[in-house]
Amino acid sequence: MVVFEKPKSLTDAKLHYCPGCTHGIIHRLVAEAIDSLGIEGKTIGVAPVGCSVMAYNYFTCDMVEAAHGRAPAVATGLKRALPENIIFTYQGDGDLASIGMAETVHAATRNENITIIFVNNAIYGMTGGQMAPTSLPGQVTQTSPYGRDIATAGYPIKVSEMLSTLDGPEFIARVAVNNVKNVKNAAKTIKKAFENQVAGRGFSLVEVVSTCPTNWGLTPEKALVWLEENMLPYYPLGVYKDRSAKKEEN
Amino acid sequence: MSEKVLMKGNEAIAEAAIRAGCRHYFGYPITPQTELAAYMAKRMPKIGGCFLQAESEISAINMVYGVAGTGKRVMTSSSSPGVSLKQEGISYIAGADLPALIVNVQRGGPGLGGIQPSQSDYFQATKGGGHGDYHLIVLTPASVQEMADLTSHAFDLADKYRMPVMLLADGTMGQMMEPVVLPEEKPVDETEKPWAVTGTKCARPHNIINSLYLVPDELEKTNFERYEKYKTIEENEVMCESFMMEDAEYCVVAYGIAARVARNAVVEAREAGIKVGLIRPITVWPFPAKILSEAADKVKAFISVELSMGQMIEDIKLATECKKPVYLCNRAGGMIPTPEQVLEAIKNLEGGNN
Repeated sequence: MVVFEKPKSLTDAKLHYCPGCTHGIIHRLVAEAIDSLGIEGKTIGVAPVGCSVMAYNYFTCDMVEAAHGRAPAVATGLKRALPENIIFTYQGDGDLASIGMAETVHAATRNENITIIFVNNAIYGMTGGQMAPTSLPGQVTQTSPYGRDIATAGYPIKVSEMLSTLDGPEFIARVAVNNVKNVKNAAKTIKKAFENQVAGRGFSLVEVVSTCPTNWGLTPEKALVWLEENMLPYYPLGVYKDRSAKKEEN
Repeated sequence: MSEKVLMKGNEAIAEAAIRAGCRHYFGYPITPQTELAAYMAKRMPKIGGCFLQAESEISAINMVYGVAGTGKRVMTSSSSPGVSLKQEGISYIAGADLPALIVNVQRGGPGLGGIQPSQSDYFQATKGGGHGDYHLIVLTPASVQEMADLTSHAFDLADKYRMPVMLLADGTMGQMMEPVVLPEEKPVDETEKPWAVTGTKCARPHNIINSLYLVPDELEKTNFERYEKYKTIEENEVMCESFMMEDAEYCVVAYGIAARVARNAVVEAREAGIKVGLIRPITVWPFPAKILSEAADKVKAFISVELSMGQMIEDIKLATECKKPVYLCNRAGGMIPTPEQVLEAIKNLEGGNN
């Protein structure tokens, strides 16, 4: 009896991610959601510039690689051309919250019926650990070698809180994948973000607080502790907006 | 045969695009092309198409990239500063070998420049524009009729060669009204392209739309293959009009609005007994190099008439290998040369004053 198997929606390609990086878990959760909803054949994913740039090799569905930050615009084009298909983007913090902020905000405000998986690990991973829009105050990175100085670099952007102030989006939630309980909740939340699209409800974004052991300069285990002690207080987990839940309450 | 209607150039492009089966338009407001977007905003919802005013030119071109990946006909339009913003996306579209139409209704530059007509984006349009080795097929209309006809042709070329095509117009062409016979309505092409992303239906391996090749010899291979395709295009898709060239001793070269002006000057010069003709490139990439090279064996000199500081003149010199002198007759910054100015330049050639 098989008790644990690879989701159908993941290819056999070996992931290129660093040891201890949580991208692998998040890929799996996305694939499980696609599998459980039976939408593999009509799903199209958008992989942006960043660590997940080669995600097109890992998902079995049709994939599009996007320019840095432009995934929500590319996904908008895909969805408008193929409204019956399921379109998701898988973006990092530099991609979504810095260079692609306009695309993110406007896709949200249009309530574009797409699903965004937003991996927030507070750093630019692919380019070797530079300060991200989500890097914490005081966080040491390659481009904030003395720690992020809020006087010159400003404050981190809380994407979920900010987007939930808009009237447009359907569903905004923040989850983490640092322990079993949180992974299970993340799985449920990611699935809901896809279900929303299947049901035609609109823009759903799940922010996944994630680790980058390599660029944080920590072992995978210590990275999980650092996440819990530093990131979660700044980025509280929870559902920030859920219009369909509100309707049910009414 | 459709009847003749009076239309603005910008609107003629929009209507011709719809008749060519384009149902997806993404744009951002900018003068002097705004009527095109406004026309699309009015028409698309009525015919089940998509008009979307994007948050920026950058987003608009990336929405185009998304639709192009599904194999459906799609376009965007803008004017010079906006087209600069689109260049990143255009490079990705070229790199992923996707068909799309980009319209540039040029205005004066650089920078914010002005809103009057110009041809100063010639280099950007014909030499690539964004990063990397690539070309667009670039079509240059010289009448409202051609705004419509070349729009249809542009979509066909984009699909035939799976590459982005640019309609390089200018503010005059966009704003002026002329009678036009609109092309016949074509049905929307619903055939599924084997390379497109439309969902695998779990019946085929996944398709990937991509321009990333981290292994350099693989990337090199895609570049070489693309340039093989460009060679075919250079051989087969050149469009050019020759006017009074049979016995010409001098040759004026001009495209778009400049060609309209130059043509008047050529007629007047002929009346004055000067043997001058006009070569009007309709495709500026591929450039009618062979036609110009042949002309160089017959004429004494060329004049490039441009609404720029002299951009096409470089292609003329390359095509003719400087066998004969090439002079520039130009205005810039939104100014248009008059037929008198061009006639003067022709007369100067005849008089040996150039």
